[in-house]
This record gives sequence, structure tokens and C-alpha cells, in this order.
Amino acid sequence: MKHEPLSKEQIIEILDEYLEVEFSFVKNELPAEQIVTLPRHQQKYILNLVKRVADTNIELAYQLACNCVYALEATDTDMVEEWAMTATDIYDRKGLFPAMSVIRDLDHFISTAHERAHGSMFDEEVSVLLPFLHGLSGRKLKLQSAEHTYTDTETIYLPPVMAVFSDEKDNFLLYKATVAHHWAQIHFGTFRTDLSRLDDTDLMKFSSLETIRLDACIKRELPGLHRQMQALRDKQMTAEADTLPTDIIDALSAPGADVNTTLDVLKKVSHKDSPVSRCYQGMINIGAVIETMNRRIEREKVLFRVALSELTRELDRVSEAEDKPEAGGKPEFGLKKKNENEPLSASNSQLEYEGDLIAPPENVRQLMRSIIIDFGEVPPEYLVAAGPGEYDLSVFDSGLKPEDVWQGTYHEEGAQLYNEWNYKRQHYHKNWCVLREIEVQPLYDSFVEDTLNKHSGLLKSLRNTFEYLRGEDKLLKRQPHGDDVDIDAVVEAHADVKSGMEMTNRLFTKMHKEERNVAVIFMVDMSGSTKGWINQAERESLILLSEVIEILGDRYAIYGFSGMTRKRCELFRIKAFDDTYDEEVKARISNIQPYDYTRMGVFIRHVIRHFSEVEASTKLLITLSDGKPDDYDTYRGDYGVEDTRQALFEARRDGIHSFCITIDEEARDYLPHMYGAANYTVIDNVATLPLKVSDIYRRLTT
Amino acid sequence: MKTKVLKPEEHFIKDEPYYLPIGEEISVFESAYKQQLPVLLKGPTGCGKTRFMEHMAWRLKRPLITVSCHDDLTASDLVGRFLITSGETTWVDGPLASAVRHGAICYLDEIVEARKDTTVVIHPLADDRRVLPMEKIGELLEAPPEFCLAISYNPGYQSVMKDLKQSTRQRFVALEFDYPDPELETEIIIQETDIDAETARLLVKFAHMTRDLKGSGLDEGASTRLLVHAAKLIHDGISPIIACETAIAQSITDDHDMLVAMSELSSSLF
Repeated sequence: MKHEPLSKEQIIEILDEYLEVEFSFVKNELPAEQIVTLPRHQQKYILNLVKRVADTNIELAYQLACNCVYALEATDTDMVEEWAMTATDIYDRKGLFPAMSVIRDLDHFISTAHERAHGSMFDEEVSVLLPFLHGLSGRKLKLQSAEHTYTDTETIYLPPVMAVFSDEKDNFLLYKATVAHHWAQIHFGTFRTDLSRLDDTDLMKFSSLETIRLDACIKRELPGLHRQMQALRDKQMTAEADTLPTDIIDALSAPGADVNTTLDVLKKVSHKDSPVSRCYQGMINIGAVIETMNRRIEREKVLFRVALSELTRELDRVSEAEDKPEAGGKPEFGLKKKNENEPLSASNSQLEYEGDLIAPPENVRQLMRSIIIDFGEVPPEYLVAAGPGEYDLSVFDSGLKPEDVWQGTYHEEGAQLYNEWNYKRQHYHKNWCVLREIEVQPLYDSFVEDTLNKHSGLLKSLRNTFEYLRGEDKLLKRQPHGDDVDIDAVVEAHADVKSGMEMTNRLFTKMHKEERNVAVIFMVDMSGSTKGWINQAERESLILLSEVIEILGDRYAIYGFSGMTRKRCELFRIKAFDDTYDEEVKARISNIQPYDYTRMGVFIRHVIRHFSEVEASTKLLITLSDGKPDDYDTYRGDYGVEDTRQALFEARRDGIHSFCITIDEEARDYLPHMYGAANYTVIDNVATLPLKVSDIYRRLTT
Repeated sequence: MKTKVLKPEEHFIKDEPYYLPIGEEISVFESAYKQQLPVLLKGPTGCGKTRFMEHMAWRLKRPLITVSCHDDLTASDLVGRFLITSGETTWVDGPLASAVRHGAICYLDEIVEARKDTTVVIHPLADDRRVLPMEKIGELLEAPPEFCLAISYNPGYQSVMKDLKQSTRQRFVALEFDYPDPELETEIIIQETDIDAETARLLVKFAHMTRDLKGSGLDEGASTRLLVHAAKLIHDGISPIIACETAIAQSITDDHDMLVAMSELSSSLF
């Protein structure tokens, strides 16, 4: 009886529950009729899958239920699972409609399966391609996935999947070749001339001819890559062959050829000699190039000239002691090649000021590099330092201040993205939470002083206790190595030798300093629910804690967290590891305020990143909280608890110990599940928080 | 049986260690030596600081005593300690004391690795007093004019814990070292390994690629020393791509994606 297939009624009942039929009004007869035909284990599998998808979207799950019998017939369970998960992923990123089309168009999904199996995915390869691109030197370019392959001279756009070849390795190579080709376009000056007057046919032809020139450049600079690109080309070109006369190819491949050579050649090439396009060639998006270049050129000119004027002031200050430069006239700079025989490049140029060679600071060097890439030189008008007040630099401040994120158009620029765990789906939402770090403005009031006065007795005793904990010198006796002779040991050893026994080598004393190597981050709940005395107690605790940790010399950082929905998670920086505990930090603690909600997982993941930047044998994350993780959207109940738990797992994997101090009396129900049985404390009386926090810290770190 | 005792204070470097000057460092060092000023060498790892010291020791015809500092290095490791021989205690000079006694060049490599209290013992030696107090035997050792103190450190670590104290660093003439220009670096590799010029040039180019990645995934780029290692492997018949991976990429990072990216870069070059 147990293994009998479910009846149609039973299936409808289950589906009604999963698909929340009271609210969604979907008709479950249709899918149930199909599912009932399946054997029991497949029924179970499908229903489970429907449940997981239903958590994301009911409609999506309904469509899945309707299509899954057909799917099981057409393919295997692995593929069906992938199909469902791809749909939910697409739902996350693009919304319901594109996700539905994945579910409906199963045949397409299956037919492109080979593409996904053998193709190379942008998301997976970007972590390799980006350092590769940066290693190729030049401007720090960005990579982004897009429908068409092109570059706007700051970003290289690549297709999300590369599946031209049947072998995954070749497809990755094609990515690499495409990246290198577009890098070469920028680096070897394809855009140093005005291409906007070419019509579409000419532009395509130009693009192919230019590719021949760039290939030759790559051959000279990166012979290994050129061989790989050649191999790709051979695989691609089976039928078509270049009909170009060799003299044209030679002209383009000559070492001195530049973009104007290509333009000259373009005029000579007749219609029948159309060059073949390469698999990595992409397209030239002249509109995007011009727009980006104009913006950058204007900006860099200003920045460069302002930087030069700063440099002038600095240099003049140095030389003032020797002789005063004549007043009047803007100071001029010059550019000189280091090696006269080589073409001008960022590494082959030196900056001169009034005839002397100078070493420009890093920012000037980077600007110079970028300018040389755009023009092949630094134009003379750039080499004049800006006069006072000539430019308003604030125009070029990107203006993307974190606190302005909700003003004007919404964007995720400048923020960090983190995954979030969905326990129902048993899968991460990729790049789900948008996190920004915001500095807390210092508030200089009497809070710190009041706190120190209020708790002066407590502080005194805390100081004593912590003083005691501080690394003490200990004299270790009978050591094999040490600073001094341990006379007792020597006498004993001497006696041993006399009596014919073997002498020990432990004859020294050694001063041993117990060094504390602790790095700790305090995460303070700044959600709206802490308003009032909880907030007050939190701030007081932080002041006392900072006072005593200073005695110990441990490295510590303090962050507050709050946010509303996954699109606005804000981590408030109160004290970073490198900040000293000064008036400003105290004033920031005093300005800790309650804001919105508590979406915890994302903050823990971010803090893990902070921890990876410090070296310490003990890494400790202490969270001060007043309740369960909770956010405005779906981040409630089990979802929030499970995501936080998953984030804490990730922390533990990185060697970070987590501890939670809470005042939520119900915390015993969920904290053991999140932090583990021994890693939390519930404080019943908020007023004792300042004392308790310091005390707990002492216990944890000894 | 007679144990062989290594006496670095009597060891003079006979053959010229290969060193290609980048700037004025040789003349500055010679001048500092003449004026009895201590010298601080700054620079990233593997850029030639230790080789420079060997070269200078050879040039000045003084023995070179090198101490590689570590966090367990105590003051008595430098100054000296009592040992017991045939039932009696005898004093044995540490490397610093014996360098002072013999007028040698004492080179404390990676000084920031030593404990802070250790570095303080060099203070009286590093200013105009030029003395080494040896409290345990009640002796004040005066340094002869030939004695020279040199220390090195790598400012790139950027750790609060591993910074040189102002009171220490402000006693030294500081020489900054960096990786040499591409042409010089190529020449160094050719000199050190007899490799062909083209491969050397490509190796240097690869090094620059990794140095460009500093900050975007790498803590340090490939040092000249690593390039020499790779070149030696290549010279011995290992393929350049494998040599770059084993001698360079694997030595500077454990990050998987970074390793793949670097091997893509090296395969682009060779």
C-alpha cells in the first residue's frame, strides 16, 4: 500500500496546498491528470520540485507541474532539475515572463543543453578572464556580459555563453581570444581616428582588415596567444579562405602599421576581395566608443592638468629653498622617451618639469597611461598645469554617494553584491543583496563622558580585570634555548654528568610573552526595534568595551547594520580595524541610531571579507542583537534564520568564531540552531548589558 | 673528532657577486660606509637587496655577517650568551658582537620580523656612539671604523604589526630598491642564467603582467629572484609555460582563479 502511486485526488490535495489555491485560484486538475500516470517515486520527485519552485513563484510552479511529465519523457531527472532551477534563477534576475518562457519552451532548453554542457559561461570564466585582462597591462578595463561583442574602450562586452566550438576548452580559448582582441583594439589605437564617417559595409570591412593588423601586433607582443588564436581560426575556417592579395596583408602586418594604414588599405580593397571575419572579432560599436571616449578624454584632461598643477606646487616648494622660480606664466611640462628607438608608450616615457626629469606619483602615471592609449601621445595642451580655479573638479566627482542611492535613478553601482541562501529552494540567490558601507557621522555630545561617569566604578573594576589579562612576561625554566642560563638546571646537569648519566640540554631560562593575537568585529543591530533604551545600552556597552579592549591591545572593529529589502543593506562603519580609538570614533558611537530592519546574512558575508584582510590566530565575530533576523520583504521566520545560519557556516569555514549576545527572551528557540548551543547569551536585563558584554568578551578571549 | 666551526667573521667574499646597479646605490653605500653611517635597504622581496650586500662586502673587502631575523630572535641571539664547556661557563659572541669585534659588515635581513625589543639593541650601534653594550659580561664594545650595520625591510607588507619604529628607522641612511627597468632586468636574467635574450625578455614581460595584478588579486608581483628561478628551469629544458607556473605563479598565490589567469597569461607569451 505504501508504494502505491498517489491518486488524482491526493495529488490535487497536495498541489492545492503547495500552490496556495485559496489565493492563486489555479486549476490543479490538469497537472494532476498528468502526474497521476507516473510511478510513485517520480510523483514524489515532481511534487517536491513543484514545492521548491512554488516558494519562488506560484505561477512558475504551476507551469512546471503542467509540463513536467512531458519533460520526464523527453529527458532525465538531472536535466529536469536543471531546467527548473534555471527558470528560478532567471526569475530572480529578469522576472516572471522570461522565466515562464524557459518552462514553456522545454525543447529549446534541451536542444541548447549541449551548448551549456560544452559551452563556456561568462559568469564562470569572468574570475579568470578579468585578471588575465588586467595582466595584459594598460587601462584597467572591465568585463560585462551582453548580447553583442564589442568594447566601448572602458568595458569589453562579451556574450553570456560561448558555444561556437564543440569543445569547452576551445570555447574558453575563444573567450580569451575575444578579450585579447578587444584589448588590442584599445591598446594598439583602433579608435585613435574618427571612424564615424564609415558606412556600415565599410565599417565591417574595416573591422576585418583591422583584425589582420591587430593579429600582427598580438603576434609581436604575445606570440603564444597568437598561436592559440591561429588554431581557433583554423578550426573555424573550413570553407572560406581569405582572398586578399598578399601585399595588402603584408602592409597591414608591418610593424609600423597603424589605424591609418588600415584606412588606406580599405580604399584599395575591391568588392570581391572582401576579407573574412574572425571568430573573435566581434563588432565595432562606434557610437558607444565615441560617447565613452569623449567623456573620458574631457575628464582626464582636467584631472591631468589639475594633477600637474598640484605637482608644480610641490616641486616649487622643494626648489624654493634653492632659488625662486620666476613668477608669471603657467609652468610647462615636457614628455621624453626613455628609449628613442621604441615607440612612445606609458612605460617608455618620462615626465620633465623645467628641464628636469621627475617621478610622477601613481595617479598621474595612470592618467598618462590612459591618455597615451587614447592619443598615442600626450597632446601638448595637456602638459600645461591648470591655473587656480580653472576647473571645477566636483563636476567629475562621480557623485555616487552611498547615501544618495535612492535619489534620482536607482542603480547598483559602487555597491557590493552578495548571495543569499534560500532554504526552501536549497539554492543561493545569486548576487541578491546590495550592500553599501556607510560611515556614521560623528556626533560630538556629552554621551561618552556621561557614560564613563555613570559606569566609573564598573569601569575601574573592568580595567583591573583586563589589565590582569594582558600578556604577561613569564619566565620559563629549563628550556633548550633561552636568554639566560638556568643555574638550577646546570647544577643538576653537572651532577648528572658526574654520576655518569646523560646531561639534559634544557639548561636555559626564557622570557616568554603571552601574545594575544585576536581580531574581533562587533556587529551592532541598528534596526528600528532597538529604539530607546536598547540603543542606549548598546552604545554604552560599546564605549566600555572599547575602553577595556584598548588595554588588551586586541584589534577590533565596530559596525552597525540595518537596511530595508535586499536592495538596500547598509553597513554603518563606526570603527574599522585600522582606525584608532579617538574622539571621532567615540563621537560615532554616540551617533548610533536605530534605522530600519535586520537582514543579517548579507552583513555576515561582508564581514567575512573584512576578516580575510587581517591576519590573526583568533577571529571573533560578536553580534549584539535584539531579535530574529527580519526584513520588510520575505526575510522573515525560517527564511531569515536559515540564511543567517548558512552565512555563519560560511564564516566558520573561514575560521571565524561567531557569538551572539541578545536581549530577545525568545532567542533560546532559534539561536542554538543558528549559532550552536554554546555560542550565544541571552541577557534578561538590558541595563546589565554594558557589564555583561565586557565580561563575555573577557571569557571568550581567554 | 674535530667539529668544523663556521666563522663568518673570517669569511671574505672572493669572487665578485653579480650585481647590476640601478641607480646611485653603490656610491651612496660607499659614502655611508666611509662616514660610518648605518644603512637601511627598503624594497620588495627578491629585488636584490641581499645580493647588493654581498656585492658591497666584496667591494669593500669586509666579511659579511647576515642574520635572517625571525619573530623568535632575542637580543642574546644577536649579542651573545653563556655556554657551558668543560664544566665552566664561557661567553660566546653573537653575530652582531662578533661583527663589531672584527670590523665586519652586519646585515640584519627583514628586521621587522624580529621582536620589537630585539631591534632596540642596535640603537646605540646605529647612532654616533657606535657602541654595543654587553650587559651580561659588563663590556662596552666599541665599533672600529670598518664595522658597518645594514638592515633591510619590505614596506609592502603594510601591516601595523610589521612596521619599523620611527626611533629605529630615523637612524639610517635609506636606500630604496625596486624591480629594475625591463632592459636591466632582462640583462640580469641573462647574466644569471645564460638564457637566450628573447626568453628573458618574455619572462620580464610576464613579471610585469603579474606586477600589474598587484592589488587586484595578488599581494605581490613576481620578483626578479623568481624570474631567475624560472629562467634556470627553462635553461635546463623545462617548457617555459610549466616553468612560469611552477617557479612563479604557484609561488606567489594559492588562489585557483588567479593561477589559471596567470597560466593563461604565460601561455599567451610563450
